[in-house]
Amino acid sequence: MTTTAPSVEPVQSGSAPAPGDSGLPRNLEKGSSLWRDAWRRLAKNRMALASLIFLVFISLLSLFAPFISPYEFEEIKIGLGAVPPLSRHDDSFHFFGTDELGRDLFTRVLQGGRVSLAVGLVATATALIIGVTYGAVSGFAGGRLDAFLMRIVDILYALPFTMLVIVIMSAVEQRDPKHSLYIIFFCIGAVEWLTMSRIVRGQVMSLRQQEFVEAAISLGLSRSRILFRHILPNVFGPVIVYTTLTIPAVMLFESILSFLGFGVQAPMSSWGSLIKDGADKIDVYPWLLIFPGIFFSLTLFALNFLGDGLRDALDPKTSKD
Amino acid sequence: MPDSQRTTSPPRWLSMLRVIGWRLLQAIPTLLAISVLTFTIIRSAPGDPFANDKAVREEVRAQLEEHFGFDQPRHKQYFRWLYRAVFEFDLGPSTKQTGFSVNEIIAQHFPASLELGLYSLLIALLVGIPTGVIAAVKRNTVIDYGAMTLAMLGICLPTFVLGPLLLLLFSIGLGWFNPLGWEDPSDRVLPCLTMGLFYAAYIARLARGGMLDILNQDFVRTARAKGLPALQLVWKHTLKGGLLPVVNFLGPAFARIISGSFVIETIFFIPGLGRFFVTSAFNRDYNVIMGTVLFYAVLLITLNLVADIIQVLLNPRLRFDS
Repeated sequence: MTTTAPSVEPVQSGSAPAPGDSGLPRNLEKGSSLWRDAWRRLAKNRMALASLIFLVFISLLSLFAPFISPYEFEEIKIGLGAVPPLSRHDDSFHFFGTDELGRDLFTRVLQGGRVSLAVGLVATATALIIGVTYGAVSGFAGGRLDAFLMRIVDILYALPFTMLVIVIMSAVEQRDPKHSLYIIFFCIGAVEWLTMSRIVRGQVMSLRQQEFVEAAISLGLSRSRILFRHILPNVFGPVIVYTTLTIPAVMLFESILSFLGFGVQAPMSSWGSLIKDGADKIDVYPWLLIFPGIFFSLTLFALNFLGDGLRDALDPKTSKD
Repeated sequence: MPDSQRTTSPPRWLSMLRVIGWRLLQAIPTLLAISVLTFTIIRSAPGDPFANDKAVREEVRAQLEEHFGFDQPRHKQYFRWLYRAVFEFDLGPSTKQTGFSVNEIIAQHFPASLELGLYSLLIALLVGIPTGVIAAVKRNTVIDYGAMTLAMLGICLPTFVLGPLLLLLFSIGLGWFNPLGWEDPSDRVLPCLTMGLFYAAYIARLARGGMLDILNQDFVRTARAKGLPALQLVWKHTLKGGLLPVVNFLGPAFARIISGSFVIETIFFIPGLGRFFVTSAFNRDYNVIMGTVLFYAVLLITLNLVADIIQVLLNPRLRFDS
């Protein structure tokens, strides 16, 4: 980041450097100052920054769950069924209490976070790859190919996807839980790329007309090189924003599937399946719903706020007021 | 340039009719694709439509399979189903609900889903639109921030968390409503509120965004400068344009309300089609799965088309064929 032009230096008023800076391709000289501006705007937005910190915190907590909690998420203790939160029994302490099988709820919530966040990230990545490639090719090719590809998207939009995914999940539910987890990744990713492809297509279509693309063509660069090295980096802004907003949508979708009994199977847990277990026993053991519910809602809240913050930060038009 | 445009383009209603026709035509391959896809997936799934608590004897099973036509080759079964669905409007018998046809099951269970959806949508509009409009008019004030934070909370609190919490508070705690069921009019309150508030949050955000776009335009400034009262300005001049994003959202939203009602119907034990669909997916009730998926697909396509038509009617600048 010290390699960038010194003329940019005074603008930086002691704020931390953008984490994305060093990861950008080198040919993005002009873009890097845009990214720094965006980071500064984001850092000023307290809600978005707090959301970012919260998300990092919850991810680390979930990631290191096996080291943080002394219990196993599938460890059943018959004598300690449905212990309320913050209660001490002999030598064991259960922060969030236990479920009716005596499994430590805190451990299970962290474990559920691993699954839910993994689904969110992997399925979104799937959607990202399909959507960006599809939209970019469609927008760059134009003409008949574009019309054809977009017609397919129109048709897919009309599918009752929730139902199809339920049918698919019910078809694989009897196999082992790991297996069904991959199917969830695939199914949700296959559903969520549609809007992404439309956004990317629109951006690429307008970028295609600009001078730097003409220059690249006249230099004799190949079409794929122009598309992937010169046009796509300019699409990152809207894509990042939409990605941040896709993650909560995906996590919600997974949790609906788990809630209906088609998602993650016991003894594995996701936030959705934990909430389902809690909802069934809301009248006797309300904490079984409340803790996973809080974790899930707060994560969705943070992701949405971060997405909104990124939109304001990356879109110079809206940042004026 | 406007002259040449006027002579070449057909009248608005004609282009609209043409697009409606084109969209209906397009629905045919879509519906075919959905039916083939669903058929392939459920038939390749392990599981048994005749599975029961007791073991089914071999000869009984053979008779059952013959009765439902499951002994035929797969493609023959599909085409038979398709033929009867298209030409006789008959979606076949249910394997689990003996003696009931899928048509009867849909007719029996869909009204509850529809009622739930309509009331929820009503709540969503009645709460969402005023909230969004007021937030836009009072933009960047405490009212705006408060309303939008509430809306964000509404979006992030999933229905399957809010629903059980409302149950805990109002049914189990205060005893105001029955915890389950769909008999009494008061049974509608909690489920519709749960679903309605979630969509109200969405609609509030959309309404605010749309209103802000309009309120920033020149004609609004002119009207203000001329001394038009604020209420009249919002009511007469900006509301129609500002709510376009909401109208745009309503078609897909209604479809989503129906698909979201799987969850609500499960939580509150509502005898709707969503819950029935989920049960039949577990039970491998082939015809019911096919029938409900197709039924919802037709509904979805129709609603999206209606939403597009309303959108064009409301916005004179939009043309259907662009």
